[in-house]
Amino acid sequence: MTRIFRYLVMRDLRLALRQGTDVAMVISFFVITVTLFPLGVGPEPNVLARIAAGVVWVTALLAVMLSLERLFQADYEDGSVDLLLLTPAPLELVVLAKVTAHWLLTGFPLIVTAPVLAALMNMPSEGYPVLVATMTLATPTLSLIGAVGAALTLGARRGGVLISLLVLPLYIPVLIFAVAAVDAAITDLSTRPHLLILGAMLAAALPLAPWAAAAALRHSLR
Amino acid sequence: MTNCFAGHALTCFRGERFVFESLDFAVESGGALVLTGPNGSGKSSLIRIMATLLAAVDGYLSWNGEAAAEDPEGHHARLHYVAYQDAIKPVMTVRENLAFWAGLKGPGGRIEAALEAVGIGRLAETPAQFLSSGQRRRLSLARLVASEAELWLLDEPTVGLDRDAIRLLEGLVAAHRAGGGMAVLATHQPVDLGADETRLDLSAYAAKRQIFDEVEGAQ
Repeated sequence: MTRIFRYLVMRDLRLALRQGTDVAMVISFFVITVTLFPLGVGPEPNVLARIAAGVVWVTALLAVMLSLERLFQADYEDGSVDLLLLTPAPLELVVLAKVTAHWLLTGFPLIVTAPVLAALMNMPSEGYPVLVATMTLATPTLSLIGAVGAALTLGARRGGVLISLLVLPLYIPVLIFAVAAVDAAITDLSTRPHLLILGAMLAAALPLAPWAAAAALRHSLR
Repeated sequence: MTNCFAGHALTCFRGERFVFESLDFAVESGGALVLTGPNGSGKSSLIRIMATLLAAVDGYLSWNGEAAAEDPEGHHARLHYVAYQDAIKPVMTVRENLAFWAGLKGPGGRIEAALEAVGIGRLAETPAQFLSSGQRRRLSLARLVASEAELWLLDEPTVGLDRDAIRLLEGLVAAHRAGGGMAVLATHQPVDLGADETRLDLSAYAAKRQIFDEVEGAQ
């Protein structure tokens, strides 16, 4: 079981690193979009500091969105999904492996890039550790919820737009509590309740999302 | 020990219409079942139902008398499914592609032997994007040899193959059957599987009812 899990994760990582473009695209999008805000809003340091957490987080959500369409699409087009369904392991495990690979390829680079962009947005330094903490807690949740959307829209034309409509509303609670945690750290309030709620969301999504995505995958091949 | 894979009163409903109904089949160890019938008669659908990739609206599959739905993972472990989509990743080499699918079935796959068996051993290190369509088909067939599975489900395996490769496929199936395996093939081309293959003409099971008839009948 763990062997199959590791095997699937390694395969997705290897494929992504050979192709290379997907990871680079997500990070470039994240960097460029955040960079647009100082240009659009104006370089007033206080204004930028005020919106820093929100801008970084909203952009991170959109960057994850961007990468979701490819999560199952390539495997669907070349028939790999059929064979993945026929592995002698639960489909939920296969989905969890694909989500893990997706997080390593998008969520993890976002966590690393976020503090640099926060500096660009003049975020007060008290916010940095909490920003990284919220990113670490919440990006796996984004990948998990996104997998359900990606599985549901598999085979649909213009699936990318449909995924946004399905998944973005579900991302709203994550966004609210993540930004609230960073703001709390900057204004010297307790960040604990916000982080606990983000942790609870992850704890709920971890078993539920693979189960829902697996059901959607089975249905999409019918 | 002789195993028996069978389907009972299978009915397939796809895209707002019944494809076939009340279809029974049975294959025993060493046996082969060849599905024939015109386009749209449900050959691919039947093979997908056999692989549990598609659900029959009525009827069930059994393995030695026990419903295959009871143990889906056990059923998956004993079958190989080869269809027109070849599940080949262009950026990986031929060997990596094969090793991945063989490895998912279980450790200890015979990768080199399988590549030699289908005649693409010298291409092992070539990225799969440079393969011709016939070579891609051969790579799909190599999955059959690389890991053991008792039941082969082959959907149009001969498409795109030259005459040598078709003979090679016939040899693989014959060796598989001689070793106690069973094979189900859907094909338009004449394939010589040696003796005693069973033929199943799906046009005999073509559904007589349309969904609309039923609705009118209900009213």
